[in-house]
Amino acid sequence: MDQAASVATAAGDTVLLATDGLTKRFGSLTACDHISLDIRHGEVHALLGENGAGKSTLVKMLYGSLAPDDGHILWEGRPVTISSPAEARRLGIGMVFQHFSLFEALSVAENIALALPPRGRRELSDTIRAVSREYGLPLDPSAGVADLSVGERQRVEIVRCLLQEPRLIIMDEPTSVLTPQEADLLFVTLRRLSAEGVAILYITHRLSEVLELAHRATILRRGKVVETADPKAESAKSLAAMMVGSDVGGIEREGREPVEAKSRLVLRDLSLPADNPFATTLTDITLTVNAGEVLGVAGVAGNGQSEFFDAISGERPLARDDMMQIDGKAVGRAGVNARRRLGAAFVPEERIGHGAVPGFRLSENVVLTRHGTGEQIARFIIDRRAARDVESRVGERFDVRRSGPDPKASALSGGNLQKFIMGREIDRTPGILVVNQPTWGVDAGAARAIRQALVDLARNGSAVLIISQDLDEIFEIADRVAVLSEGKLSPAQPTETLTAEQVGLLMGGVHHAHDGLPHEEDARAS
Amino acid sequence: MGIIEGIMLTVITAATPLLIAALGELVAERSGVLNLGVEGMMAVGAVCGFAVALETGEPWLGVLAAIAGGVIMAALFGVVTLIFVANQVASGLALTLFGLGLSGMLGSAYVGRPGARIGSLELPVLSDIPILGSLVFGLDPITYFSIALAAGVWFFLFRSRGGLVLRAVGDSHASAHALGYNVIGVRFMAVLFGGACAGLAGGYLSLVYTPQWAQAMTAGRGWIALALVVFATWLPGRVVLGALLFGAVSILQLHAQAIGVGIPSQFLTMLPYLTTIVVLVIISRNRLLLRVNTPACLGQPFVPDR
Repeated sequence: MDQAASVATAAGDTVLLATDGLTKRFGSLTACDHISLDIRHGEVHALLGENGAGKSTLVKMLYGSLAPDDGHILWEGRPVTISSPAEARRLGIGMVFQHFSLFEALSVAENIALALPPRGRRELSDTIRAVSREYGLPLDPSAGVADLSVGERQRVEIVRCLLQEPRLIIMDEPTSVLTPQEADLLFVTLRRLSAEGVAILYITHRLSEVLELAHRATILRRGKVVETADPKAESAKSLAAMMVGSDVGGIEREGREPVEAKSRLVLRDLSLPADNPFATTLTDITLTVNAGEVLGVAGVAGNGQSEFFDAISGERPLARDDMMQIDGKAVGRAGVNARRRLGAAFVPEERIGHGAVPGFRLSENVVLTRHGTGEQIARFIIDRRAARDVESRVGERFDVRRSGPDPKASALSGGNLQKFIMGREIDRTPGILVVNQPTWGVDAGAARAIRQALVDLARNGSAVLIISQDLDEIFEIADRVAVLSEGKLSPAQPTETLTAEQVGLLMGGVHHAHDGLPHEEDARAS
Repeated sequence: MGIIEGIMLTVITAATPLLIAALGELVAERSGVLNLGVEGMMAVGAVCGFAVALETGEPWLGVLAAIAGGVIMAALFGVVTLIFVANQVASGLALTLFGLGLSGMLGSAYVGRPGARIGSLELPVLSDIPILGSLVFGLDPITYFSIALAAGVWFFLFRSRGGLVLRAVGDSHASAHALGYNVIGVRFMAVLFGGACAGLAGGYLSLVYTPQWAQAMTAGRGWIALALVVFATWLPGRVVLGALLFGAVSILQLHAQAIGVGIPSQFLTMLPYLTTIVVLVIISRNRLLLRVNTPACLGQPFVPDR
């Protein structure tokens, strides 16, 4: 807190960049509607809003990758036209992307060279080493990006941005892929940059970060500026209310005690070799999920989450039957449909292409997870009416906003499609539900509905397993927590006995708990 | 000239058109464009080269015409797939069919006529050195050029900034666009280069290899060049090896047939293809190498979201 306060005084009062009535339309949708805001020298300015509030569109206009339909951008008081990212960089605007804009096949140095004016290889490598060390983000210039962890990739993005000596850095949800410890390191770097006079436009939907880091916060809702607030005068609750437009209710978790301590899903020494060089090997995973509970598996992306999901769902059958049991039946080598017939249901991480077929209607997508389960809907001939009944039932119960009856899956927004896919599986009243990243990229209202549905399902006697990178989510709904790190799963512990810091240390791998992250990073860089 | 020496000479000349066409396609694919029209571009190059050389009596004008023919065909492909964002596979197949048909039409008047030939270099003294002389110093100029081309392509891709940009565009066109690079422009240049090489490879066939024109004289070499690029995991050095390997096996099986070994000729004819497939499978085992060198955006259309 002290540090944040001292930085606050360093933030200047002169305006670096201002927008005046900036507007962007996509067809009938106005993504950004007359947005006016200003960013001052050396301030951390948070841009807060739900998915679809227009944050990304606004930022793309500032960075020159989208052209505004109306309005002006003022850079140090002068109107400017930012027609391309190169133009933005020339002005002194740098950007760290949410979905990294790195080239996996190239080395760190090559990735950085692409964003800079030409210069010698050796000189560039030396500069990268020096700057990355100076800011506590050590990097090996010759390493291949494909071999780096997500946190290290973000470092490459940041160092690339810093080498352009920007005066404004735009960061798009930078902590969404980091452990709490990595996020803390990032905050140190950001505070230091801010103290050096660099302005930072920080996009997020995490309220705690706004309170911790930002000097000012602009809240967007449905493409419009709701308010520019001083975070010190606000609470997480009041910011959330501004962001969503109404009070966000909590999750009801009555009956926390499992109704019956019956184990429904049992994993015993589950191992699965990696099937490609960038995959993770799962090693000796043992876990029991009981009826009536939500079990949360935390972890940073790339530690074996998708492999773990594939193993449980049967997309990649296991070597031995006894590695996995559903209600006492050994199913390790069984396929997806065999597991579904035993009452299991699965929701993968990718909505489009894995959870749903974009070009299919919703009712057709209903058939996809039921055709092999012996249900009436597709025993021999597809029963379209029954499929449409399911579609409208799920739509109503889970408040899936659709443009008309039974639209194509591709016509739904991400949050709505996720609600539909979750509803489709919950509608089968599964005994076991396994979900990978239940609310990834889903706005606060929809996320709340999904989480409530998961808790309700568990309280009615099902076993629910969620794999999530969102620690807040895990602490909100999970009864027990286990952490997946480098393909190994920690023993599950009751949520109330754990703190976010403890889980964070487990997420970073146990070795971090002994000597701390910065040391370990230094050792690797030297 | 001894038998061994003769065989080695024919192996090298058989490999040259494959090498040139494959290098061009390699550059196009490294930028993320899959152009299946190599065979068609070669055919058009061959007929253009032959016709111009015959009419003007200047074989070197023929070479230029062959290159121009390939470039025009590639430009057509580039406009269709990069600007109008048509499917690359379908457009490439169409380009091959179109090129074969067009070359047949253009060349109908030239079938069976003796053409102008670009001969081997005859360097005094050096070319007279036994074996080595004719192998190293007695080849045709285009073959020398093809070796220089392989080195040049390698240097461009892995040592120059332009090559870095080209590889970046092929690895992630969205990222390259976000950094401000002109994805379509880079790809168009790469496709034109691929066309120039395919045209030159076709011209080599009708001006050096067999100085005459016959319908479909490219005989599937464009397809082999395409396969070579994959087989070489998009690395120029391996394209050289692959072209020589394919050339060697196809020449050796001809000699084997001539000698009359007890293997059915059908099987011998299959041999170059089988060898290529086997080597391809063995090479593909190294998945890490494959992942790093495979252009991740290969064949994917790019539409800027502006």
